[in-house]
Amino acid sequence: MPFIPHTEEDVAAMLATIGVAEVEQLFDEIPPELRAAPLNLPEGLSEMAVGRLMAERGEQNRPLLCFAGAGAYEHHIPAAVWEIAQRGEFYSSYTPYQAEASQGTLQVLYEYQSMMAGLTGLDVSNGSLYDGASALAEAVLMALRINPRSRRILLPRTVHPRYRQVVRTLVGRQGVELIELPFDPAEGRIDPASLAAYESLEATALVIPQPNFFGVLEEVDELTDWANRTGALAIGLVNPVSLGLLKPPGAWGSDGAAIACGDGQPFGAPLNGGGPYFGFLCCRKRDIHQLPGRLVGATVDRDGKPGFTLTLQAREQHIRRAKATSNICTNQGLLATAAAIHLSLLGPQGVRGVALQCHGQTRKLAARLGGIAGVEAAFKGPYFHEWAYRINRPAGGVLERLMAEGILAGCELSRDYPDLGSAILTCATETREDADIEAYGAALERVLAA
Amino acid sequence: MLIFEKSRRGRHAGAHLPPASAAVDDLPAHLLRREPAPLPEVSELDVVRHFTQLSQRNFSIDTQFYPLGSCTMKYNPKACHALVRSPRFAGVHPLALDGAGQGTLACCFELQQMLAEITGMAAVSLAPSAGAQGEFAGVAIIAAYHRARGDSARTEMLVPDAAHGTNPASATMAGFAVREVPTDATGDVNLDALRSLVGPHTAGIMLTNPSTLGVFERRIGVIAEIVHGAGGLIYYDGANLNAIQGKTRPGDMGFDVIHLNLHKTFATPHGGGGPGAGPVGVSAALQPFLPLPVVARRNGQGYRLLAEGDLPQSIGRLTAFGGNIGVLLRAYVYARMLGRLGVTRVAEFAVLNANYLAAKLRQAGFDPAFGERRATHEFIVTLRTLARDHHVTAYDFAKRLLDYGIHAPTVYFPQLVKECLLIEPTETESKETLDHFAHILAMLKQEAETEPERLRQAPHSMPVRRLDEVRAARQPDVAYTARRPLYPTSTD
Repeated sequence: MPFIPHTEEDVAAMLATIGVAEVEQLFDEIPPELRAAPLNLPEGLSEMAVGRLMAERGEQNRPLLCFAGAGAYEHHIPAAVWEIAQRGEFYSSYTPYQAEASQGTLQVLYEYQSMMAGLTGLDVSNGSLYDGASALAEAVLMALRINPRSRRILLPRTVHPRYRQVVRTLVGRQGVELIELPFDPAEGRIDPASLAAYESLEATALVIPQPNFFGVLEEVDELTDWANRTGALAIGLVNPVSLGLLKPPGAWGSDGAAIACGDGQPFGAPLNGGGPYFGFLCCRKRDIHQLPGRLVGATVDRDGKPGFTLTLQAREQHIRRAKATSNICTNQGLLATAAAIHLSLLGPQGVRGVALQCHGQTRKLAARLGGIAGVEAAFKGPYFHEWAYRINRPAGGVLERLMAEGILAGCELSRDYPDLGSAILTCATETREDADIEAYGAALERVLAA
Repeated sequence: MLIFEKSRRGRHAGAHLPPASAAVDDLPAHLLRREPAPLPEVSELDVVRHFTQLSQRNFSIDTQFYPLGSCTMKYNPKACHALVRSPRFAGVHPLALDGAGQGTLACCFELQQMLAEITGMAAVSLAPSAGAQGEFAGVAIIAAYHRARGDSARTEMLVPDAAHGTNPASATMAGFAVREVPTDATGDVNLDALRSLVGPHTAGIMLTNPSTLGVFERRIGVIAEIVHGAGGLIYYDGANLNAIQGKTRPGDMGFDVIHLNLHKTFATPHGGGGPGAGPVGVSAALQPFLPLPVVARRNGQGYRLLAEGDLPQSIGRLTAFGGNIGVLLRAYVYARMLGRLGVTRVAEFAVLNANYLAAKLRQAGFDPAFGERRATHEFIVTLRTLARDHHVTAYDFAKRLLDYGIHAPTVYFPQLVKECLLIEPTETESKETLDHFAHILAMLKQEAETEPERLRQAPHSMPVRRLDEVRAARQPDVAYTARRPLYPTSTD
């Protein structure tokens, strides 16, 4: 019996100890009318047979040369990251509620928290959330607790459309008003001057994406200063890889953003069709009691020896129940573990190097594609590692043709931004070599010439 | 020692540096980072040793028995991990799923179908990232259902007092006022109290069956009648599905919406606190409200992800993409290996192990909290008498067990039972392991009577002794700063 160790003798002895004649008797409190008919499921497979099945399924997934970003990015993951993270001691352990038997996971999470706080320029990071979109929703809820002056949140259209949908799903039932901010269609970013019109709303928070969904860099200093001056909390939504090169949210404007969040996938999580990734959420020390999710703290044991434990658990659902800061329980601990290993391997030089290389390759990509007849840059604003271009025919068909040539050419923008016309958001990370960029350029030329 | 304290300026794991890039001359200087990121500067070997050594300071299923009630810490089969690690699965960009990820979608579609069959529901969405998000999705579906009928008066969610803390927290997040339903002396829901609580304001009830008290709610049919009769819906928290799968189905019990924890029942790893996966299942009437995406058959052949246009009444999206697909694939492999008979066998042996262990502990003089009831996949022992007579607590027992290489059971939950140990052995543990555990617990009982201080001071053999949690909370130190080293210099 797969994964069940009992011998016939074991079962007989156990039933005798319990004092029943057969296993079926152990279910005698289930009313007979509720007993299930035999399940209609396939027969069990051996490991060898399921191995063959999964190999076939893997073959049905077609590898593509990836130039898509839009919230999920192909990066090189050093071999050591998952060789260590998948060790059974990390992989098959539970949430570290028994601190003395979980010092490994607890210290890793403390180091993770330290790295994320350092990268974002804030004091504190939690131990991870599900993904970037749900982290933004939690950041919004957190802002409502810190700054309850209104329940209005300024959510720019330059924030990832899916993230805005997730925020609507997760906070929409709590009487929150989400107000969309427009962007300058030429620049592809928020015009800071346009914010004056929103001052009278007394918004609780302004979400500032950096880089924004189009890959364009927002004027984060001006936006943050506007928020801080008008009494709104600034929430920075950042791509963590960009922080190797770009100013961290804690340093935006004169006083910095109050909260930083985003998706940590670029730090060690394979693309995996969309998950598991992990969300990060950082804040200032003074707001720590409003931070949702698990948090590891350093302390000492009875002998004064340093150690780690989950802390401030009175914020959490298992203690506070209906009054908790969030319902989150299981988060993405293993992904945070992988991220801590990943960041340790990269170090400050590596994080900067990856960011530089992403930016440099994307500039080459923009130059190559932008030189093709019928292609023009969608925006004038400066970009990090994603670049949007407009073409003179429907983007969906072009993307399909390129996929047929083995190229995942990007994300169709027209669906969420019909006002942009036929546009594609594309991305090059450090994994795209010059020859890959040339292959994309040549393929797009062929498709557009056809 | 922290990884930061092993840092030496200028050292790096060189293999991971990308080629040097051109200088940045196209970005405005005021948007750039001025100082290097405060990350450790260490070699690859430093990193490998550091984190490998940390892993050795953990308990895990692979190394220890983990009878953690309500958490279903069963063995995580290696094939489930090994077979889905290939770049063919791990390398799929979420935007490529429809066009070039048909193998992944096929697995997800079949998993949806298997979960629907096991739970007796009409349809399943795999979108929720973990149990709590599944709960949120479930109660949001209930809210959407009432709203779609034009019924705006249903503002209350009923939650039994024995429920997981996530239940009331999820109901609050979905905008409901939570009302607690008391439990009767035998561990079932107090029906008189339930009758007095329901009304035109009742949106629904959230129930776990078997409950967290380790007993099967026998009058689930009556509860369904009462809540449905008042116009409410019934939500099933699947945390304890391991006890009943193949034996009875939530759909047959009258539940309208359910969630499952694949990181419990379907053996995907807990990873030190996630990732999980919390699929949500619904009856036919609630199908239009499922969260996105849902995997569907495509006209012609293959599969596609349903979007807003397909399910306009959906409660929406819970994460940017399709949920924790890597976890779903592992659960799929597990479900295919178990198959029709294996799924039922899991419940049989999980319940056999729990009842056997309960009987052994009763023989050893422990008090089961609901001894007159049949145990399910888990059961509660109360240490009330030992606490009264010898001033040792469930917490002391939990810590002392660690000295014997056994992870502690769940303690102080459910809060209804004083000094409780909630014990769930799972089906993957052998009789010898259970006998050993019972033997150790009996020894500790004796120790409580003769040498209680040993228990109060435990653990004695872990990397650290009991930690000062008060200090951790009063003076939160949750991130390293170089100005204030955690350790004295030059010692480990």
